[in-house]
Amino acid sequence: MEFLALPSAPPELRLQGDLKFSEAARLWESTRKRIDTVKAGETIHFDVSRVDSVDGGTMALLVHLRNELKFRGVRSEFIGATGRVKELVHLYHGDEAPVRVAARKPRGTFDQIGEATLSIVSELREVLGFFGAMLLGVVGLLREPKTANWKEVPYLMEKTGADAVPIVVLINFLVGFVMAFQGAVQLKQFGANIFVADLVGLSVTRELGPLMTGIIVCGRSGAAFAAEIGTMKVSEEIDALRTMGFGPYRYLVMPRTLALMLVLPLLTLLADLVGIAGGLLVGLLSLDLTISGYLHETQKAVRTWDVFSGVVKSVVFALAIGLISCQQGFATSGGAEGVGRRTTSSVVTILFSLILIDALFTLFFYFFGL
Amino acid sequence: MNAPMVSVTDLAMGFGEVTLFEHLSFEVERGEVFTILGGSGCGKSTLLRCIIGLETPRRGEISIAGIGRPNLDAGRPPFGVMFQSGALFGSMTVAENVAVALKQWTDLTPDAIAAVVLAKLRQVGLESAGNKFPAEISGGMKKRAAIARALALEPELIFLDEPSAGLDPVSAVELDDLILSMNRAFGLTVIIVTHELESIFKIATRCIMLDKATKGIIASGDPKQLRENSTDPRVHSFFNRLARSS
Repeated sequence: MEFLALPSAPPELRLQGDLKFSEAARLWESTRKRIDTVKAGETIHFDVSRVDSVDGGTMALLVHLRNELKFRGVRSEFIGATGRVKELVHLYHGDEAPVRVAARKPRGTFDQIGEATLSIVSELREVLGFFGAMLLGVVGLLREPKTANWKEVPYLMEKTGADAVPIVVLINFLVGFVMAFQGAVQLKQFGANIFVADLVGLSVTRELGPLMTGIIVCGRSGAAFAAEIGTMKVSEEIDALRTMGFGPYRYLVMPRTLALMLVLPLLTLLADLVGIAGGLLVGLLSLDLTISGYLHETQKAVRTWDVFSGVVKSVVFALAIGLISCQQGFATSGGAEGVGRRTTSSVVTILFSLILIDALFTLFFYFFGL
Repeated sequence: MNAPMVSVTDLAMGFGEVTLFEHLSFEVERGEVFTILGGSGCGKSTLLRCIIGLETPRRGEISIAGIGRPNLDAGRPPFGVMFQSGALFGSMTVAENVAVALKQWTDLTPDAIAAVVLAKLRQVGLESAGNKFPAEISGGMKKRAAIARALALEPELIFLDEPSAGLDPVSAVELDDLILSMNRAFGLTVIIVTHELESIFKIATRCIMLDKATKGIIASGDPKQLRENSTDPRVHSFFNRLARSS
C-alpha cells in the first residue's frame, strides 16, 4: 500500500496498490494528518485511479474521512475510480452527499431519575393488574372450579416439596448445628449448657425453620416458576393458552401457589425436626448432654403455638413465593435476556418479601403476646 | 342472511405515541382464505392480535361470527389460532398439545380424545410424532402440530400468523396445501398474516394490504388481480418484488 500527498492543484491524496484492512491503521493516521491541515473552502480529492484493490473496511474508513472533510466545508471526492473500486465507493455511499448521523445523547441524571420513576410506576401498575386479574380468576374459579388445572397440583407438589426434601434437611440441620455451637460457647461460661436446647428449639420453630425453608423454596421453585412462565410468555405459549379459553391465572398461577401452600408447611415441620436434631448433635458431642435430657428440655421450652406460628408463617411465605414468582413470569418481555432478568428480580423480590413478612409477624406476635 | 365471519370497523391501534394503524374497516366472509399483507412493522400481527382479543384496540369495533369482540376470559373462543412460532407447550408432547383443549372443553372419554388427537395429527401428517416433545421436532412440524391443536375443537375460523415464515420451500408448499385442503373440505374460514408471495397467490381468495406510512389499508381484493391491475406503486412493488425508491 502506498500513500502520497501530492502538491498538485487541486491537491490530491493519491492512493495506490492494494489497500488492506490489516494495514488500515497506518493509512488512517497518515491521511488524517494530511487532511487536518485542509481548511474550509479548499479542495482535496482522493485519487484512487492507481488502487489495484481495496477491501470494505478500508473503503469505509476512506469514505468516513471524505465525509468529515465535506462536513468541514472542504470539497472532496473520490476520483479515478474504476471497476471494483468504483463499485465499492458506491456501495459505501462515497459518491453521495454525506448524511450527518445524530449521535445518541448520553442520558442525563434527571432523565435517568425520570425513567426509573416511570418504570416503578409501570411496575406497580403491572403488579396491581396482576393481582386484579388474580382476584377475578379466584371469583371465576369459585363459579367454575373445573376450569383450574388441579391435575397439575400433585405433580407440582412433588417438584416443589418432595424434591426439595434433601436440601431442606441438610440446610436446616446445619442451621441448628451452627446455632447450637455458637450458643454453647456463651452458655458454657455460665454452666447453662442445657439451655442450648431452648435456644435452638425456639429459634428454629419460630423463626429459622420457616424462614430458611422459605428461602430454599424461593431459590428452587420461585426461580423455576418465574423462568418457566417467563419463557412461556416470550414464546407466545401464554397467548396460546388464552386463545384456547384457558385463563392463565387459573391454569398456571393457582395450581403453583396452591402446591406451595400445601408443601411449605410440611417442609417447615421437617425443618423444625432436623434443626432440633442438629442442636442435639452438638449437645451430645460437646456439651455432655443426654438425648433424653436435651429432648425433655426442648419439650419444656417449645410450646405447640411456637411450632404452629412457624407453620402459619410458612403458609404466608408460600403465598408470597407463588404470587411473586408468577407475577414476575407474566411481566417478562424481551426474549432470553428478559427471562433471566425477571428470574433474578423474582428471587430478590421474594427474599425481601419473606424478610419483611417475617418481621411483620414477629411484631404482630410480640404486640399480641403470642 | 349470515353475518360475516369477521367484521372490523374503524379500528385504530398503537403503542404509546406510535400509531400503527387507524380507520381500518373490512369484512371476511365465511369460507374465505383471507390474507393480511404488508411490509415489516406495518402492524399485521398486531391487527390479528386485536381481532382475536389479545390486544385492546384504541378505537373501533370487531365482531366475530356476529357475536362481537371475543372475550378470552369468558370461556371457549369460537376460533383456533396458530402463532408464528407455533407456541406449542414445551412441557407436553405433541399429542398432549392437541388434546389439551379437548380435555378442557369436551366431555369425551380419554380413549375418545386419543382417537380425535390421532385423527388430527394424521390430518396434518404428524401421526408418528405424537409422542415427541416440541423440542424434538422441526420448525415445519411444530407449525403443523400447532394447526392440529388449533383445529382440535373443530372451529369454523382459524387464524394463522406467518405460517410459512422460516420454512424451507417444500415445507412451505406442504403447509399451503394443508391450509387449502382444510378450507375446501370443511369450509373453514382462514385468516392469514403473511408476506410470502407464493403462498398468497396460491391460497388467498382475498387480501388487504396495510401500509406503514399511511397507517391504513392501501389495497384490498383478489391478490392476483391486484398484482396485474393495481396502479398504486406501493402495491405494484410489493407484488412484483421491486425495491421501492424512497
